[in-house]
Amino acid sequence: MIKYTIQRILLAVLIIACAVATMFIMIHAVPGDPANVMLGPRATLEIKEALRAKLHLDQPITTQLFYFFRGLLSGDFGFDLRSNRPVLDIIFEQFPHTLILVTSALVVSTIGIPVGCYAAIHRNGKFDRVVGTISVSIIAMPAIVVGLYMLLFFSVKLRLFPVIGAGDSNDWLDYLWHLTLPVITISIAWIGYISRIVRASMIEVLNQNHVRMARAFGLPESKIMSRYALRIAVLPSITMLGVSVALILSSTVIIEIIFARPGIGSLLYESVLSRNYPLVMGAVLFSTIFIVAGTTIADLANAALDPRARKEAN
Amino acid sequence: MSLESSGQVETLRTSSITNVISKLIHDPMGAVGLLIVISFLLVAIFAGVLAPYDPNKIDILNKLQGPSLQHLVGTDQLGRDTLSRLIHGTQIALLVAVVSIGLAVLMGSILGAIAGYGPAWLDFIIMLIFDTMRSYPVIMFALAVVVLFGPSLTTIMVIIIATSFPTYGRLMRTQTQTLRKSEYILSAQALGIGTPRILLKHVMPNTIGPILIVASMDVPFVIALEAGLSFLGLGVRPPTPSWGSILNDGYTYIRNSSWILFSAGAPLILVTIGFTFLGEQLRDILDPKIGRGL
Repeated sequence: MIKYTIQRILLAVLIIACAVATMFIMIHAVPGDPANVMLGPRATLEIKEALRAKLHLDQPITTQLFYFFRGLLSGDFGFDLRSNRPVLDIIFEQFPHTLILVTSALVVSTIGIPVGCYAAIHRNGKFDRVVGTISVSIIAMPAIVVGLYMLLFFSVKLRLFPVIGAGDSNDWLDYLWHLTLPVITISIAWIGYISRIVRASMIEVLNQNHVRMARAFGLPESKIMSRYALRIAVLPSITMLGVSVALILSSTVIIEIIFARPGIGSLLYESVLSRNYPLVMGAVLFSTIFIVAGTTIADLANAALDPRARKEAN
Repeated sequence: MSLESSGQVETLRTSSITNVISKLIHDPMGAVGLLIVISFLLVAIFAGVLAPYDPNKIDILNKLQGPSLQHLVGTDQLGRDTLSRLIHGTQIALLVAVVSIGLAVLMGSILGAIAGYGPAWLDFIIMLIFDTMRSYPVIMFALAVVVLFGPSLTTIMVIIIATSFPTYGRLMRTQTQTLRKSEYILSAQALGIGTPRILLKHVMPNTIGPILIVASMDVPFVIALEAGLSFLGLGVRPPTPSWGSILNDGYTYIRNSSWILFSAGAPLILVTIGFTFLGEQLRDILDPKIGRGL
């Protein structure tokens, strides 16, 4: 397990390094002077010269990459072109809103576990069939349409929920009220997805020898389910949750804009519109690091719970 | 359903295309999926004939009108017929989906086959490329690329290819790894057939089924991505009609002209259901085993 953990973490670091380098090379692949790209056409010559010197643009690209990595390691993601504040400070201001949204969506998505379990136990029953059809239809539903429809029906037409903002952070009830629709928008598809995964693995587990053995010994059905079947059946969805962090974080851009919430997605969008390049880079890299960390933790958790996963990886 | 003796997945070769289609039609879910997909393809091809108006014809006097006999789903803020715009938007949506997924499949398959069949160091490098590209949050990565290279149809397609080829690559790699130890590949090797030929003639055909399933399920995501970027004003340039930009018009006028938003969401939902149902049924017919981990 220790060997696997070290391997997995090294791989994660390597992936992050590659992701950073790719982004870096992309900026330099754009025709023209990166200083021009970053500052836009209105910048004066002096500002450009200053930026060039600051970012070591006058030096060979390998040296630039080295400085860039060194900066990242010391937490320097560059400076906001407008306020000249460190990018990381601005990201840390906005990120909590996104983190709350993503975490709440993940928590709500776990409703899929009991749903999938129940469907598997009562396989081919009415509940199973209804849930099966609904989940197939909602799994791929684009968050953008779900979000806009939610906004249209529940906020604009029925006036049940607020239209914009994240609410007052000090008033948790108000904050929660603002959080409801965005969270439902994200989790609706994941409830369907997780229930399907749990159902499939539960059906597999229920046919395994150790469960049949437990039945043969006459253990009560509830105990068989909770102690022997569910524990194994939930494993694949843990890996899935790790992957889902990437997709959910990605969809928060759209969700935050639709519901006019603050967060890293809105921040990124505003920086894109104002061509505030260091902020765009910073937000993307920060999210990427967060995602790689998420998938790595999910893999490690899965390996800790299921020794088979460790073997497969090697 | 017959599985091959070595326990490999059943492929298109063993169950012929006509057989697959007849199975699709006889299942309600598959039939609905196929019907929706074919309808959208027809709408895209015959958009010019089907659209009652020119999608870009501005008629300010009739702006933001509700549904009527002249304009079945009303008009937008410039008086353009929403239905005509949605019909023409189908072209963009399907064009982006088909071209970029096609190229992503091609790129992913080649790299995946090399990774699965080649030496371990090459496998490691290619897998690292896959993992790196998969680690980006798609929409955020897309925004960064758009700000660099400017919004256009080509940029969208490049983004989609860059973020989705690893999925096909990984799938292809797994398939190739399973196949390379099978007897018919080993005997092909023993006969002295070159590696490119083995990959092209013997490995690739056996992986079409699973790739087709994943590609079909991928279509809604790609269409949603294009719609999302166009919604943010970073996709297809106006006045070209795209479902995303129509959604954005609807979002702007959500309070008084909600039918724009409502009708622009409908084709996205329909197309999603169509391709997902089709993919699900294809999976059940071609290969009940894959897809769980995807």
